[in-house]
Amino acid sequence: MRLALATLRRLLRLGLILLCVAGVSFGLMMASPVDPVNAYLGPLVAQVSPEQRELIASRWGFDAPAPVQFGRWLQQLASGNLGMSHVYDQPVGDVIGQRFMRSLALLGSAWLLSLLLGFALGVLAGAKEHSPLDKIISAYAYVTASTPTFWLALLGVLLFSVYLGWTPVCCAGPVGVSDQAIHLATRLHHLVLPVITLTLLGTASITLHTRARMVALMRSDIATHAFAQGASRADIAWRHGVRHASLPALTLALASLGELFGGSVLIEQVFAYPGLGQATVEAGLRSDVPLLLGITLFTALFVIAGNTLADTLYHVIDPRMRRPRKPAAMSS
Amino acid sequence: MLRIEQLSLALPYYPRFWRRRYATHLNQLSLSVTAGSVHAIVGASGAGKSLLAHTIMGLLPEDARSGGRCFFKGAALDERRKRALRGRELALIPQSLSALDPLARSQRQVGWAARRAGLSPAGAHQAACQALAHYQLDERACQAYPHELSGGMARRVLTAMAQVTQASLVIADEPTVGLDPLQRDRVLDALAALARQGKAVMLITHDLRHALSIAEHVTVMHEGHCVETAAAHMFHGTGQALQSAYARALWQALPDNAFTLDSGYMKEPYLA
Amino acid sequence: MKTTQPRLRALVCSSLLALLLLALLYAQWWLGDLPTRMQFEARLAPPGLDHWLGTDALGRELWARTLAGLALSFQVGFLAALLGSAIALGLALLATFSSRLDALISMLIDTLLSVPHLVLLLLIAFALGGGLQAVVIAVAITHWPGLARVLRAELLQLRAAPYIGISRALGKSRGFILLHHFLPHALPHCLVGALLLFPHAILHEAALTFLGVGLSPSQPAIGLLLADAMRYLSGGYWWLGVFPGLGLLLMVLSIERIASSARRAL
Repeated sequence: MRLALATLRRLLRLGLILLCVAGVSFGLMMASPVDPVNAYLGPLVAQVSPEQRELIASRWGFDAPAPVQFGRWLQQLASGNLGMSHVYDQPVGDVIGQRFMRSLALLGSAWLLSLLLGFALGVLAGAKEHSPLDKIISAYAYVTASTPTFWLALLGVLLFSVYLGWTPVCCAGPVGVSDQAIHLATRLHHLVLPVITLTLLGTASITLHTRARMVALMRSDIATHAFAQGASRADIAWRHGVRHASLPALTLALASLGELFGGSVLIEQVFAYPGLGQATVEAGLRSDVPLLLGITLFTALFVIAGNTLADTLYHVIDPRMRRPRKPAAMSS
Repeated sequence: MLRIEQLSLALPYYPRFWRRRYATHLNQLSLSVTAGSVHAIVGASGAGKSLLAHTIMGLLPEDARSGGRCFFKGAALDERRKRALRGRELALIPQSLSALDPLARSQRQVGWAARRAGLSPAGAHQAACQALAHYQLDERACQAYPHELSGGMARRVLTAMAQVTQASLVIADEPTVGLDPLQRDRVLDALAALARQGKAVMLITHDLRHALSIAEHVTVMHEGHCVETAAAHMFHGTGQALQSAYARALWQALPDNAFTLDSGYMKEPYLA
Repeated sequence: MKTTQPRLRALVCSSLLALLLLALLYAQWWLGDLPTRMQFEARLAPPGLDHWLGTDALGRELWARTLAGLALSFQVGFLAALLGSAIALGLALLATFSSRLDALISMLIDTLLSVPHLVLLLLIAFALGGGLQAVVIAVAITHWPGLARVLRAELLQLRAAPYIGISRALGKSRGFILLHHFLPHALPHCLVGALLLFPHAILHEAALTFLGVGLSPSQPAIGLLLADAMRYLSGGYWWLGVFPGLGLLLMVLSIERIASSARRAL
């Protein structure tokens, strides 16, 4: 009962946040100096008379005051209609759906790989602070954390695609071949380099976080006690360290979905990978307001889901956060 | 069993942000602990008792400077031998309950201690069950996480962890802190029982009165020095058998005795 | 026994890096028009003795363009970090006034944190129409919530401290408590927070410019240099892509190092 109420309250708050996101992003769109009619027309702008412009404005409601437009947009949203994307000439929902499915392969594998790799490196580094291994891993993590995402992607293209010719230069498949006709192996071949780049960048924060946890553990009473029992560092890292650092690493990975998506925007741009990230940039550059709003809401939902999952995991997994069992009876 | 000669210890500190200095925490300390008895180390907080325990176990940070010699069972106890012997011949019952891993059940932690002492997985499990039963911890307490245990129970889990190692020297660091009289007596009894099994027990405490109930010898420490080592029976009457003024003052400060505070020594009374 | 003093070393390293960064800032006046001067006889020249880091498609010296770009990035990042931490400090202090205000501000923080940084940056840059000002504001607005959350938590903890209660019981005004207790406590955290924001701000500015919604194409910004390099990539003009990015990496890394030594000192 108490749990149900808490869940309900959390869901309500999440709904409210989502509404705020909608409000803020809509407000920003309204504040933009870009004329919505021009944005709608795109290159056709020169062929339209002022009367026709007014017709377009009244047809799409651009002439109404901002709050009215917002209300209308929310109404549409409630019925599941996100509007039309003029860049792709498709309903926004469809664009996001298709593109997200393509990005999901990139995001999902990079997420999983960076979590596993970051965790392993963090445990190795933190097990012995200031050891040569720790110095190498930390240096690697600090450097990648300071590396511009798109630059690393660019270097990857330069080395592996242009010089070595191992990987394709762009896109999700050969140019001019329809989506369905692409063989799985070809798809994977096109994914390898973007996934590796995104993984390398996502690893840094998880490595550093896990390392910090391990270092703290190795200085704690728990480790001192284990040393007193004759445990080796590897033993402590394995028995205590993995236990203490895995949940924080997972939580951090879930809570940084937004960073991951940001990275994918840049990487998809460099590799010309037709995913959601590329669509975001297109929408921004070509003033596709409905698409930009749709993507903002969608990614916010994505981030919020990650954060909520991270929160919940703590309560479910960590024994200290679980509802205490009846205090083990004070033995006589 | 254990002999310490002229042990000194200095730890680094930073008087300003970037300047490192060394402060002496143990100074020319000598004592010896014999098998089959409880040897109490008594002193106010800050006297260096816990550091002494950590020095013997080889648990000091790497930048510590130490001098003097230790002998265990007749052979020199250097850092390498400490590493080899701890968990097998040397066991520590730590001061803080935070030494228990909050994410592991108590039975599993005792099992780990047994594994680290060199037992096989099956043998470790059995030894853990036995040790926990020995300290009257029931099935429920065995399956509990540390935060679900009372202070006394957690203390007994820690004692069980030292017991399974079959070590011949057990160092108990403030094992009675925060316990009610009943629990405290239980823990002290357990330590006395370990000594009766032929182990050497080093009891580190600030609580002279209760240390005397099980200890054969008492070493009084003050600011890193060993003030005096005396047999327990010498803490008697007005303390006339004691040689040092500080030990006498400590004895007289107990509520059962004269209960006098010699202001020269007892600025910060630690009365049990 | 180690004789080196790790903290002293960190202090010296940080000061040296800071000096280097300041020298970089000075470089843009010293360079004059070199970053934009065209040399038609030396287009796309590879790195060598004549052209240290090579030249671009218009024969402009890449080393000069990189230096100018770094100086520009530094300024944008500095302004954005300053603005962002000022917003964070102001709102965190405001949140101590009443619980209703606090709820409102934490709602705003949660809202902004639930949109991926880059998407929010695109939105704001779009709303403001691009340019230097837009980039500074966009980066500041996307980065203040993280710091504000930390500061708010610090101040909430402080508000519960006994001495604040005593101060209130003594009849001190809210303004007095704000000025004499909250502000001095929050300020060091805020400064370190600003330092930590700095590298993020620079990276995000470069990303935004790279995507084409940031600084105007006439300025030699690192993001634009790299976007240019993308076009010449398949021709094998590697220096166009490698050096500006490397410069940015080194700058961000040094600032990050300074920031984390500062945090450790806190």
